[in-house]
Amino acid sequence: MALQSLDIKQRSATTTPAPQARQTIEIAKLIDVSACIGCKACQVACMEWNDVRDEVGSCTGVYDNPIDLTENSWTVMRYAEVEEQGKLEWLIRKDGCMHCSDPGCLKACPAPGAIIQYANGIVDFHQENCIGCGYCVSGCPFNVPRISKKDSKAYKCTLCSDRVAVNQAPACAKACPTGAIQFGSKEDMKDYAAKRITDLKERGYEKAGLYDPEGVGGTHVMYVLHHADKPNLYSGLPVNPSISPLVALWKGATKPLATLALAGVALGSLFHYVMKGPNEVSKEIEKEVEKEDAQ
Amino acid sequence: MIRDPKDLQRYDAGERANHWVVGISFILLGLSGLAFFHPAFFPLTQLFGGGTWARILHPYIGVFMAFFFVLLFLRFHKLNKMTDADREWLSRAKEMVDGNDHNMPEAGKYNGGQKMMFWWMTICMVLMTVSGIFIWKAQFTVPVDLARFGAVVHAAVGALMIALIMVHVYAAIWTKGTIRAMWYGTVTRAWAKQHHRAWYRQMTGK
Repeated sequence: MALQSLDIKQRSATTTPAPQARQTIEIAKLIDVSACIGCKACQVACMEWNDVRDEVGSCTGVYDNPIDLTENSWTVMRYAEVEEQGKLEWLIRKDGCMHCSDPGCLKACPAPGAIIQYANGIVDFHQENCIGCGYCVSGCPFNVPRISKKDSKAYKCTLCSDRVAVNQAPACAKACPTGAIQFGSKEDMKDYAAKRITDLKERGYEKAGLYDPEGVGGTHVMYVLHHADKPNLYSGLPVNPSISPLVALWKGATKPLATLALAGVALGSLFHYVMKGPNEVSKEIEKEVEKEDAQ
Repeated sequence: MIRDPKDLQRYDAGERANHWVVGISFILLGLSGLAFFHPAFFPLTQLFGGGTWARILHPYIGVFMAFFFVLLFLRFHKLNKMTDADREWLSRAKEMVDGNDHNMPEAGKYNGGQKMMFWWMTICMVLMTVSGIFIWKAQFTVPVDLARFGAVVHAAVGALMIALIMVHVYAAIWTKGTIRAMWYGTVTRAWAKQHHRAWYRQMTGK
């Protein structure tokens, strides 16, 4: 949602630098998976605050409901039953936009200003500029954006940019009853995570760690995982997410180069005409044809 | 109103109309496609009523063009079979570009360069149509890696196609007396004798 109270760091389909004078701190949401009880208060709070309501679905035999992110469900709890070290574990991950420092959606977006990255790290979709092409879906390494069937616009978690702009924590963090969702500066969240990880390690989770993947430049939604060596256990959290090389190729240096090449062909043609002259019918042949007619 | 009844008929009305339908579609697709190709071209969406309209219209125009290109292909593919003379022509294409056509082998209705253009266009159209389906989010959902691959192919082949069409258009402008064949179908006999002598013989029996 468009908000002038947050400074813009990056803007989709824009080739010139954004204003950079004002420096604000990076924020982050920290999701401590080990403290999550799967109550879905965050899902409810998200819908409540953002005025979105998903259709009442049907039970698919698991706790996940809705079963996937939608244009109206910007966050969903994913429940995974796994066996680790001979113990059954119920790993519950709150899924949603990770607010990457290097956002694949923004890189892929062809519409100027439809995707904004604020200086504080929030990646936000501005639906009024969205043209509904779905390129953000291709760009995202986490499979987060959803295109609405009603209005063909892309939607996802805003990290409650409107709340953050007025110094409020995101609705999900506010609603979480166990403190599994923390919100603050990215530095503070890392410090908090470090304490949680120490605690988890003391309790036997030797591989506990922070999920802040470098492949996308770090994220502004981070997880504390008991099994940080196996993010995949958590309903397929990518081990080393990065923008697909295909997207990098599609949106990298090749397009400006191709544009130059096209300009080269156009100018090359023009100068060919200017320097070589037109390819006319020779006078000789015209005379031959006239002669034949006279006969 | 044919002013010189001895002019040679190169294209009939159906062929000309078909070519124009494909040509106009191509221009609309090129302009709306470039808008999504690079931000520098995004203002072109204004020609279509804004970004969202351009996004909505582009694929439908694409399907329309693909259909009419198939008709064009059926009309002309037999005339575009490569022969040894065409390969000889292509090997001397540099001389032609240099403005010296004295050593060029006789061309039939189409020369080697035109035939290459025809086949390149055909390949491009197939690739554009298939990759276009992969990225037509409003109508199709494909696995994300296929959509990513489709986007790369669509952009790369699209750029190639624009370059080829620029060459195609320039060749028609460069070769005087050609464009009228596209407008009303006829060329002068001298034109045919100069540029497509084998076709000239076939048409006149000389």
